[in-house]
Amino acid sequence: MSSELVLQYLLAGITSGSVYAIVAIGFNIVYSTTGIINFAQGEFVMLGAMTAISLQPFMPLPAAIALAVLITAAVGALVELVFIRRLRRPTVMRMIIVTIGLSILMREAALHIWDERVRSLPYFSGDEISSVRILGAFVSPQVFWLLGLGAASVTLLGLFFRYSLTGRSMRACSANQAAAALVGIDTRRMVTLSFAIAAAIGALAGCAVSPIAQTYYDCGAPLAIKGFTAAVLGGLGRSGSAVAAGLLLGALEAASVIVVPAAYKDAVAVLVLLIILSLRPSGLFGRHDEARLKEY
Amino acid sequence: MGLKGVTGAIVVGLLAVGLESLVRVTDTPFYLTQLTMAAYYSLAALGLALLTGHAGQVSLAHAGFFAAGGYVSAVLVTRDLTPYAASGPVQWLDRLHLLSQRADAFGSMMLHVAPWPALLAALTVTALLAALIGVPVLRLRGHYLAMATLGAGSIIYQLVLGTRLFGEADGLSDVPPFPVLPGLEICGARSGRVGNYYVACGLLVLTLLLFANLMRSRAGRALRAIHGNEEAAAAMGIDTARAKLGVFVLSAVMAALAGALLTHYNGGIGPSEASVLKSVRYLAIVAVGGMSRFLGVTLASVALNFLSLRGYFGSYDDAVFGLILVAVMLFAPEGVGRIPLPFVRRRP
Repeated sequence: MSSELVLQYLLAGITSGSVYAIVAIGFNIVYSTTGIINFAQGEFVMLGAMTAISLQPFMPLPAAIALAVLITAAVGALVELVFIRRLRRPTVMRMIIVTIGLSILMREAALHIWDERVRSLPYFSGDEISSVRILGAFVSPQVFWLLGLGAASVTLLGLFFRYSLTGRSMRACSANQAAAALVGIDTRRMVTLSFAIAAAIGALAGCAVSPIAQTYYDCGAPLAIKGFTAAVLGGLGRSGSAVAAGLLLGALEAASVIVVPAAYKDAVAVLVLLIILSLRPSGLFGRHDEARLKEY
Repeated sequence: MGLKGVTGAIVVGLLAVGLESLVRVTDTPFYLTQLTMAAYYSLAALGLALLTGHAGQVSLAHAGFFAAGGYVSAVLVTRDLTPYAASGPVQWLDRLHLLSQRADAFGSMMLHVAPWPALLAALTVTALLAALIGVPVLRLRGHYLAMATLGAGSIIYQLVLGTRLFGEADGLSDVPPFPVLPGLEICGARSGRVGNYYVACGLLVLTLLLFANLMRSRAGRALRAIHGNEEAAAAMGIDTARAKLGVFVLSAVMAALAGALLTHYNGGIGPSEASVLKSVRYLAIVAVGGMSRFLGVTLASVALNFLSLRGYFGSYDDAVFGLILVAVMLFAPEGVGRIPLPFVRRRP
C-alpha cells in the first residue's frame, strides 16, 4: 500500500475520531458531576446539527450554528430539570433506563419534527469539491474546521474548569458532592449546568461534522457508543486523554477497512470497547490505583 | 412464597383460555395471530426479567440473542444441502436422521436440516454466544454493563445486517413449519391458528412454572442475594461469577427459543429483530411489569406487544416504549402494579 493511501486513511480516521473525542468529552462532563452516563449524549449531536440546518435558511451560517448550540444547551438543561432531577434516591439501574428512554424520545421527536431524510449543513468554507493537498493526500477544508473547533472547545473547557469559579465549583461537585454543598455550592445547579455544557459541546460537534457526514434523526446512536468507547479508552472522567483516545479510535476504525469488510466497520469500535472493558476498564491512560476506587 | 409462582402460571393459563373464548364469541379470530406473536415475545421478556429483575444485571443484548436463535435456525432449515449431499458431514447428518426434504418455492426438492435439530443447534449456538459475551462483560456493573451489552447487541445487529448468509437487509424467508406433535405444527397457516395460539401460551405457562421453581431453589436464592449485595453474597460463599453467567446464558437461551419459534411462526425473520431498539423494548416491558414480577412482566408484555403488533401506536411505536421507560422510572420504579394508590394500603 502506498504511503499516500495510509495518510488518506489516517486523515479520515482523525476526522471521525475528533467527533468521537468531542462526544466523549460530553460524556465526561456529565459523568464527572453526576456519576451518570448519559445515553442520550449522541442525540445532542444530532439535535444540534438538525436545528442548525433548519435555522440556516433564515440567517448567516455562524449565527445559525450559535443559535443551534444555545437551543441544544437549553434542551440539555431542560432534560436535567424535568427528568433527571425528579429521580429521588436513584439507583444506577434507574438512571441508565431513564437516559436510554430519553435518547429514544429525542430521536423519535426528531423523526416527527423533521423526517427520516438525510440532510447536511453547507461547508463552512469552500464546497464539497474544494480540497487541500497534504503530502499527497486530499482533505476537505471542513476537516480543519472540525479539528480547530474541537481543539478550541477542549482548550476553553480546560480553562473554564481550571480557572473560573463556576468551573471549579463543578469540579468540587465531582470530587465530593456533600462537601461541595457544605462549602456553599449549589450542587443541583452545577448538575444542570453540566448537562447544558455537554449538550452544547455535542451540538457544536454535530454542526462541524454535518457538512461531511450525514445528519439524520438516527445518527446519534452510533456516535454515542463510539464516544463512550473513546471516553472509556481514555479513562472515564479524563477529558484530555479522551481526545487522544477518540483520535486513536477513529484511526483504528479507518485502518480496519483494510482487513474487515466495510459493512462491519461500526462493529470495530464496539469490539474495542468490549476488549478494553474486559482487560482494562480504567482506560489506557487511567491510573490503576485511582481506578480501584471507582465502581465498574 | 408458597403458591405465588404457581398462581402466576394459573392466571396466565386462565387468561389465555378466556381470551380465546372471547375471540371465538366475538368472531375475531385474527386477533389470535398477534396474541401468539406477543406470547413468543413474552418468553424473551421473561428471560430478561429473570436476569434484570432477580439477578440485577442489565442486558441490552437481548434482541441480539432473540435474533441469534431465529437466524441460526432459519439458516439451517432454509439452506439447501443438495449440492453437498455426497460430502461426509452431510451423509453423517443424514444417517442420524437430522435432515429432511421438501419442495422449495420453485417446486424443486431441497435437502436441509430438520427443524428440531436446527432449533437445538440454534439454542446451543446462542448459549455459547451468551457465554462468550458474558464471561468478560458480567464482571462489569451498572453503566459499564449496560453499555457493554448494548455494544455486544449492536455487533450482532451489524453481523446480521452485513452478512450474505443471513440475507443482509432482506432477512430470511421461506422458513418451513415446525412440527410440535403429529397434526400440530408452528406456522402461520390460518387453519392452525388456535392450535398455535395454545402452543405459545402453553410455553408461556411452562416458563412461568419453571422460573417460579427456579427462584425457590438454591440457585434462585443465590441470584436474589447477588441482587441485594454482590460482595455480601460472595462472602456467604456464593460463586457470584458462575451464578451470574448461568442466569445470563439461561435468559439468552429463552430469548433464542422465542426467536426461533417466532421465526417458524412468521415464516421468516428480518434484521430489525436484532436492533438495539428491540432490546430497549424488552427492557421497557420488564420495567413496566415490575422488574422481578414474572406475572406482571408477562401481562405487560402480551398487552404492549399486542397493541404494537396491531399497529395501534402508529408511527409513535418506538416513542411509546421510550416514554414508558422514562415514565415508569420516574413515577413507578417498582412497576405499574406498585403505584401507590390513595386509600389502598399495601403490605410492605
